[in-house]
Amino acid sequence: MTLQHVNVTFRLDGPLPIELEEFQKVFHRYVSEQSLDGLLIDVVDYRHVPHGPGVMLIGLEGDYSINEKGLRYNRKAPLPGGNADQFRQAFAAAATVALRLESEFTGLKFCRKMFDLTVNDRAIAPNTAETFATMKTDLEAFAKNELGASGVTLTHQSNPRQLFGVTLELAEACDLGRLTATV
Amino acid sequence: MKASNSLWKERLQGKLAPNLAEEVDAFEIEIELRHQGKLDEKVFAETRLRRGTYGQRYDNGQRHDGKQSKPLPFPEKFTKGPMTVWDAPGMQRIKIPYGGLNPEQLEVLAELAEEYSDGIAHVTTRQDVQLHFIHIEDTPALMRRLAAVGITTREACGNSVRNVTGCPFMGVCPDEPFDVTPYAHALTYFMLGHPDAQNFGRKFKPSFSGCHQHACGLSAMHDLGFTAVVRHVDGREERGFQVVVGGGLGAVPRQAKVLYEFLPPEEMLPVTQAIARIFGRHGEKKTRSRARLKFLIEKWGIEKFAEEVAAERAKLTEDPRWTDYLDDIDADAEQPLKSPGDFPETNGDPQFQHWCRTNLRPQKQDGYVTATVTLPLGDITPDQLRALADITRKYTRGTIRATVEQNFVIRWVSKSDIGSLYSDLKNASLAEPGASNIYDIVACPGTDTCKLGISSSRGLAAELRQRLVAKGVALDRAIQDLHIKISGCFNSCGQHHVADIGFYGSSRTMGGFKVPHFQVVLGGQWEENAGSYGLPIVAIPSKRIPDALDRITDLYLKERQSNERFPKFVDRIGKARIRELLDPLTENVPTNEADPDFYSDWSDPRQYSIGDIGKGECAGEVVSQYEFAMAATERLVFGAQIHLEQKNGDQAGLDARAAMLKAAKALVQLEYDDVTEDDPGEIIDEFRERFYDTEKIFDPFAGSKFADYLLAAYENKSRNYTLSAARTLIEEAQLFIEAVHACYNRIRSQGLEKQDA
Repeated sequence: MTLQHVNVTFRLDGPLPIELEEFQKVFHRYVSEQSLDGLLIDVVDYRHVPHGPGVMLIGLEGDYSINEKGLRYNRKAPLPGGNADQFRQAFAAAATVALRLESEFTGLKFCRKMFDLTVNDRAIAPNTAETFATMKTDLEAFAKNELGASGVTLTHQSNPRQLFGVTLELAEACDLGRLTATV
Repeated sequence: MKASNSLWKERLQGKLAPNLAEEVDAFEIEIELRHQGKLDEKVFAETRLRRGTYGQRYDNGQRHDGKQSKPLPFPEKFTKGPMTVWDAPGMQRIKIPYGGLNPEQLEVLAELAEEYSDGIAHVTTRQDVQLHFIHIEDTPALMRRLAAVGITTREACGNSVRNVTGCPFMGVCPDEPFDVTPYAHALTYFMLGHPDAQNFGRKFKPSFSGCHQHACGLSAMHDLGFTAVVRHVDGREERGFQVVVGGGLGAVPRQAKVLYEFLPPEEMLPVTQAIARIFGRHGEKKTRSRARLKFLIEKWGIEKFAEEVAAERAKLTEDPRWTDYLDDIDADAEQPLKSPGDFPETNGDPQFQHWCRTNLRPQKQDGYVTATVTLPLGDITPDQLRALADITRKYTRGTIRATVEQNFVIRWVSKSDIGSLYSDLKNASLAEPGASNIYDIVACPGTDTCKLGISSSRGLAAELRQRLVAKGVALDRAIQDLHIKISGCFNSCGQHHVADIGFYGSSRTMGGFKVPHFQVVLGGQWEENAGSYGLPIVAIPSKRIPDALDRITDLYLKERQSNERFPKFVDRIGKARIRELLDPLTENVPTNEADPDFYSDWSDPRQYSIGDIGKGECAGEVVSQYEFAMAATERLVFGAQIHLEQKNGDQAGLDARAAMLKAAKALVQLEYDDVTEDDPGEIIDEFRERFYDTEKIFDPFAGSKFADYLLAAYENKSRNYTLSAARTLIEEAQLFIEAVHACYNRIRSQGLEKQDA
């Protein structure tokens, strides 16, 4: 099974030190400068929606969103390659923006040990134990080879109505810079 | 863009109703033909619109970043319509007839919002659901998944019979004579794809109401409105409908006119068919801005229209579908899941008490209530949709409807379940109180996603909402009961005409910079099915609208007489008094250097713009002269409104016309300073030569429409004005003034471009 549309969420390490509104300005600048991989189109404000996506940076190939929980990257365009390539691209995209935001806002920090991965396509990856079993080896290899983890605990978020999701807990914090260097 | 699109086609093979499957297959082929260049872009644009696949802001491949307009370099240069880039994300409108949904449909909507859009489903003011940022190539898979649960997007947009809306309380409302749901259902599917409804020059919106007094169905603002009535003949009660036609909001709002006081149900479908045929045959086709049914009725008069309908009806070939559904009309009436109950103790929780007061309504069936689920700005997440599906299943037989106030209503809740329902809704962050009152602000998409948006209606709505919710129950009840509705432009998708306090977006140039504004609209009425329409009284800079709202509501609290409702209050004290209160908010504008935030819109930190304008050196005398003249035009229009209030139609008409002439002169003076105010003929001649014939005044979307208002007003200069005619001219004057502002902005920006070059 080759995955597509891999999403990853980098959790906040501690409470959000600034108002979500501040991300609007930064995201608008990113669009103006087209300073990320892929085409950036617009910024959308969903701060009024409880537990919603917060502030979104809409792209053609992928979207970024930040709320009180963390930063999410949603890959929309299909990619060539195997599962490792899909994981690598999603983590690298999220890591690039996470590091940039950390440099923009003092006190903003994303967790380097725990990540939430989902596959935003029910037809490709139904949220079943079989899908998890198929993915497990690839994810473990990714954690070791790309995130540099000596060990990883994978927890399948198994609610069948939700997207296929796995939480990765690394044995030690990873270097996000290493992730961005791999793309 | 989704890798799984073909998988859904295989997976759902044979599982869709044949007509829905064929419809999606045909659309998929059209997409392919267009991609191969074998289908004209205009034809494809209309065909995708008729499947609800709509354009979205920036889909022309350009975006202004606050300093300049920059290309968005989409990789695919092909188009899906005129000036619409293939790869640019768009909006998918999903028709939900009379807002009726079931839990399975809510779950599919959740999945689609999650997988294809930006993770939000948006409930519209016409009970549709919209998903944004959708790729055109994903739409067939999305439509198949909808069709698998019985939903079609067919004719959700385009020149077609749009979603049939209806009061979300029909069937359970104590004030209705009978449940109109099965009639709305019958009309929906009778007219869907009907051959007599494929040749319209413009859209056609039907609506059903259960009663006259409440606003839930809004029949007075629809092309075709049905309101349930009964009559007694020989001791028997007979069902029927009052039928109204030719209503509509938009730039030129019109109240619907009565076509029949009592139409028996067996005539409902044939009469609708006859109206569709007449609209298709005689409705305007060339001038889009005059193509709605309201203009045909205005041209003919309701008497001639009624005669034509009767004649057309007589010619129709009998169709068994006209009456088949009547045989067992109430067979599918909703049933409760739980036994009726009693209202619980409210345990002293003020939030729960507030929610009970504002979000629950007793049903006509003893022991049951409806519970309104308030959605901020009509937005809901996939997780919330799934939770709502679960809650609806738990307490009812899946009976839930979307509302025209962008909420959901759960029907048939046993009173004894109210406490536990509230608790479940609260766990899903869906138990916000304040349904249908001042917190529950309605807003169209505005500049967030709409191509026509001028100002940020959703940004303003979110800001006002946040401030009002913070005040919460401390707000006086009289204030809590007000309705606020906001549109991003004059087209009124946010229904600003029928709010107690409405706002619609406009722009002004101040000190060489554009400033987002909102016109304050007063005098509208939400009750009695949108019983009257408001008029704009003054344009206020966006960032001062919260202050404007405070001033208006404070005055209302201070000076209202006993239980006087807001529309009556406005009527009594007069708009001049309110204008006087708001005028200071248009003055003492800070410079851009001193307060750049003033020059950006709500929820959008970019420097505000509509085109590619920036600060230039030419903002000198001409600007001052222009701005001065335009301020005078707005004063004249306002004066016209006062005369209208005083029932002086002739003077109101004269003032409105004078305002238009003054605005035209302001524009002419940009090129020809010697034009005199004393000679309207010269102003018109110069205007025609310099701005009309050159199309400089033409609106990018509406064309010559607004300039035509001026020319028509001048040609009819000797006429007398009835109150109705004066009101129309005031509306037209306001729109013409907005067009002059837009034209001026375009000229300035072009001048700056030349200067920069």
